[in-house]
Amino acid sequence: MFASFMMNTWIVATVVAVVAGCVGFFVVLRGATFAAHALPLGTFPGAAAASLLGINPLWGLFVFALAGVIGIARLGRRQRNDVATALTLITLLGFGTLCLSLSGHYAQAVYGLLFGQIIGVSTADIPPVLAISLAVVAAIALCVRPLLLNSVSPDLGAARGVSSAGMDLVFLAILALATAMALPVVGALLVFSLMVGPASAARSFTSRPFAAMALSVGIALATVWAAIALAYYSDWPIGFFVGTFAALAYAAARGWQWASARTGSRRLA
Amino acid sequence: MLEAARPGTAEALTVDRLSLSFPGHAVLREVTFSLAQGAFCGLIGSNGSGKTTLLRTILGFQPPQSGEVRIGGLAGPRGRSSIGYVPQKIILDTDMPLRARDLVALGLDGNRLGLPFPSRARARRVDEMLQAVDALAFADQRVGNLSGGQQQRVLIAHALIRRPRLLLLDEPLANLDVRAVADIVTLLRRVAVEDNITVLVSAHDMNPLLSSMDRIVYLANGRAASGTTEEVVRTEVLSALYGHHIDVIRVHGRVLVIAAGAADEIPIAVERHPAHVAEIP
Amino acid sequence: MSLLNAIVSPGFFTSGPVLTAAVVGGGAAIVSGLVGVFTVIRGQSFAGHSLADVSSAGGSVSFLLGINPLLGFLGVAVLAAGAMELAGLRRAQERDLVTGIVLGAGLGLTALFLYFDMSTQSTTGAAISVMFGSMFAIPASLIPLSLGVGAGAVLITGVIYRPLLLSSLHPDLAAVRGVPVRLVGLLHLLVLSLAVTLSAMTIGAILSTALLIGPAATALRLARRPGHAILLAMLIGLGATWGGILLAYDSYDWTSGHSWPVSFFIVTIIFLAYLLSGLPTLRSRA
Repeated sequence: MFASFMMNTWIVATVVAVVAGCVGFFVVLRGATFAAHALPLGTFPGAAAASLLGINPLWGLFVFALAGVIGIARLGRRQRNDVATALTLITLLGFGTLCLSLSGHYAQAVYGLLFGQIIGVSTADIPPVLAISLAVVAAIALCVRPLLLNSVSPDLGAARGVSSAGMDLVFLAILALATAMALPVVGALLVFSLMVGPASAARSFTSRPFAAMALSVGIALATVWAAIALAYYSDWPIGFFVGTFAALAYAAARGWQWASARTGSRRLA
Repeated sequence: MLEAARPGTAEALTVDRLSLSFPGHAVLREVTFSLAQGAFCGLIGSNGSGKTTLLRTILGFQPPQSGEVRIGGLAGPRGRSSIGYVPQKIILDTDMPLRARDLVALGLDGNRLGLPFPSRARARRVDEMLQAVDALAFADQRVGNLSGGQQQRVLIAHALIRRPRLLLLDEPLANLDVRAVADIVTLLRRVAVEDNITVLVSAHDMNPLLSSMDRIVYLANGRAASGTTEEVVRTEVLSALYGHHIDVIRVHGRVLVIAAGAADEIPIAVERHPAHVAEIP
Repeated sequence: MSLLNAIVSPGFFTSGPVLTAAVVGGGAAIVSGLVGVFTVIRGQSFAGHSLADVSSAGGSVSFLLGINPLLGFLGVAVLAAGAMELAGLRRAQERDLVTGIVLGAGLGLTALFLYFDMSTQSTTGAAISVMFGSMFAIPASLIPLSLGVGAGAVLITGVIYRPLLLSSLHPDLAAVRGVPVRLVGLLHLLVLSLAVTLSAMTIGAILSTALLIGPAATALRLARRPGHAILLAMLIGLGATWGGILLAYDSYDWTSGHSWPVSFFIVTIIFLAYLLSGLPTLRSRA
């Protein structure tokens, strides 16, 4: 399992989990679950578009992710957020369907991009992935306080001079970058499970924001490592394990909440 | 206008020793009051004093731990069938494909199964209601495009179209400009007096209602004092409710309720007058 | 005559797969238009999208077990809808979170089933047809069942029309009238599953959202009354679907043998309709 060809996967997956844990914290806080799902999904055909033009698929992913961010931000001004996200998603996917169909690698590529493949990571991919993750983590570290304030209450943020539209854009951009980076390993559909599951579990265990972020990263790491190991041995897709573990983590957290509420109220009575 | 509601010997609304608590704190403690048919009553209390909980209990959305609510002498769902309700803070999207008159029409048959057939009788009734609340001018506009005051009027028409005995409004005056507040209060007063409907309006500031209401139910600390304004809004009564000394000051026909000093007691809110702002944390 | 041939490639009206696609796709468009309007009003676009994605697990299982794909999609969609409703949360954010979790788990299952599909039957086409639809490969034998599903969805919505409208406006207003708000919500989710199933089969699980949300969002910008919005959404969806089928059929001739995917055309038309609805002359009517 730790053979040299697997090392790339372990490294990239670890980096992805760290980023997903941090970004996921804000996704859950801002209630942006739909956007976190829609962006990767709308983005993945970009790889096919890039291969049609003969360039590195990562560029294709970036362009589509950028288009997604702009779409959600602009449409979000005229429509409710969830409708804006849905419309952006279908537009990207509609166009993406064409690219996929024309690129000829339709079937195999689709499955891998959607659900993730262990062997999807080459050594050449590592430097850009590391670079992007550093950028994302740096961006979060830089903006963590205004972003936190704006996520909790845009009005409070505005009173402190934090531009609401600005923070929306920063958040979406961070989300898009994290997405494009995580796609090749976990697949588009399950990127967001990594973001949503661990973060929503973490915040049930602690009320302190930074502790919750750290716990979210921890759970994401555990999830991804277990998923890789199991995927290696069973040959089943990583995405299946990620989705299942995320659901289990969330269920455990809800169970904990319910149990502690009951003991709490018994103490009061 | 509307026909008068059935006159009867029972009180329109009787709340009898209602108690309700959530884990950790008691929201309503033996709240008792009753309102005659056609009364205009203000339910006054600061934010968090339990006004919404009381209204929701009357509506049957929340069962109390003890006590009873009777409407027109009837308890349970039979009594509740003749309540009109205007909830707090209803957000109407500009997306919503409903004209004002459609919303009022739903007040009549929003619970009927099957597709609505166009009916002249229904259209006439809707027009009557819109006329009564002065909303004909914007009857064909989207509900999401109406101003706060206009929305309130449409919601009142929606609630009244079934000719209820009792009309409950949860903080209808919050977030309205001064002119709209005056309009709504006048409208509600007319509804109570001319149509003999009992109107119960909750508010955290009693001043806009002072000249119109004939009863007041003042909620503080989970307990209620009810009667006329002269009877209830007095230093002795409110001090007993709050549990420590309260000053009631009348200035230019407005009422100011101020807690005297003690910082270590329960938080108290204050009836505000724009020129005098005093809130003791 | 040649103009007609230019627009409609020869053989269009006599082709079996085309006719089946037109019927089933048309049904999907009509049902999606109706259900979509309520879905958007209720702020359940994410739930609609998630149900579609999750139903793909059903689609892939049916490939594996050789059962009717319609039943596969439908069964899983209904199960997922039930799971989402059981969580029974009032706060929209928490509801979205649960939706996301159910979505993630469902997609994980889809991954697994498709993997089995691919390894046992060595057909890589399963992923494509489940995710992006196989409009022209629908067997004509599915027409009665899909029309039945569609009719069921329309009928249920017709019956609960007013309570659904009122409770979508504000649950308390409906509760005061004695409407069983939760039951109505559950029925709506059920109808949503039916709609999603139909469109997942034709346009694919991933793009089913286009048929659900696109025409509805467009119609809501233009129509002032609920009935009008619904009719408009249906018309737009129908036009997009049939137009898309026509264009996809024609595209075989443009690119000498490789036709472009029909889902692409349908989504493009829907998107164009949305853009057009933003034109000032149209918007001022609303």
